[in-house]
Amino acid sequence: MSFTDLANPTRFLALVQRLLPWLAAATVVAFAVGLAMAFNAPDDYQQGATVKIMFLHVPAAWLSMFGWALMSVAALGTLVWRHPLADVAAKAAAPIGAAFTLMCLITGSLWGRPMWGTFWVWDARLTSVLVLFLMYLALMALYWTTEDPARASRAAAILTLVGAINLPVIKFSVDWWNTLHQPASVIRLGAPAIHPAILTPLLVMALAFALLFLTLHLAAMRNEILRRRVRTLQLMKADNA
Amino acid sequence: MNLGAHADFIVAAYAVAIALTVALIAWVALDYRAQRRILLELEQQGITRRSQREEKP
Repeated sequence: MSFTDLANPTRFLALVQRLLPWLAAATVVAFAVGLAMAFNAPDDYQQGATVKIMFLHVPAAWLSMFGWALMSVAALGTLVWRHPLADVAAKAAAPIGAAFTLMCLITGSLWGRPMWGTFWVWDARLTSVLVLFLMYLALMALYWTTEDPARASRAAAILTLVGAINLPVIKFSVDWWNTLHQPASVIRLGAPAIHPAILTPLLVMALAFALLFLTLHLAAMRNEILRRRVRTLQLMKADNA
Repeated sequence: MNLGAHADFIVAAYAVAIALTVALIAWVALDYRAQRRILLELEQQGITRRSQREEKP
């Protein structure tokens, strides 16, 4: 099967049906290994055991941004190449990206209270991630409330590309402004600033969350293709009535 | 395992992550069941896509 064959939703569905059980199994194994490593990792010399929250917070933060980046590529696919699965991919990614952003915000807040003395502060990093979450909600609302799917896909694609401006703001907010949130520790120029004993479980947990995202995204794309088939058949039924 | 003085925050963070993950999995699984059920009902009423009609002898 070539890459262009995947533009055919029926072939894409067949591929997803074959891949999903393997991806689900790989996700479970990755989480089992990642959680075992996370709970056996040493405490941080400053933060103590609360560093265990990082194993959830950081992967969720990465995937919250990855979700929007993926939707931005899909938006280009909708507007420029008119790929039949581009809008399906974007629409399916929105609720998953929103859930990971919410996970990032809540776990960050629960980490911030014992370390910073507050659940929330309006600094650039926290505020820009909150904006990302609100943009996800706006995009979902746009899809749900626009009756014509073609109009919804174009409007959503434009909103997604405009919203992509927020991604570098999130990434570099800790460098551009004086924030309570710490600067980048893993993805930065030079070596990661985290000891390997903590970095390794973090990367395994990131892999597990990435597999979870991929599995859920493919399953949600499958559902969206079926939803569009249902809509087509319902329109045919209405025409025949 | 000793989670220290801030165990409540660690447990709460993991509980939230588990709840959100379970909610996502349930949403995807229930949505799949719902779409499959509606498709089946429509097909039982004889409403099928053109490609499906062409597949039948």
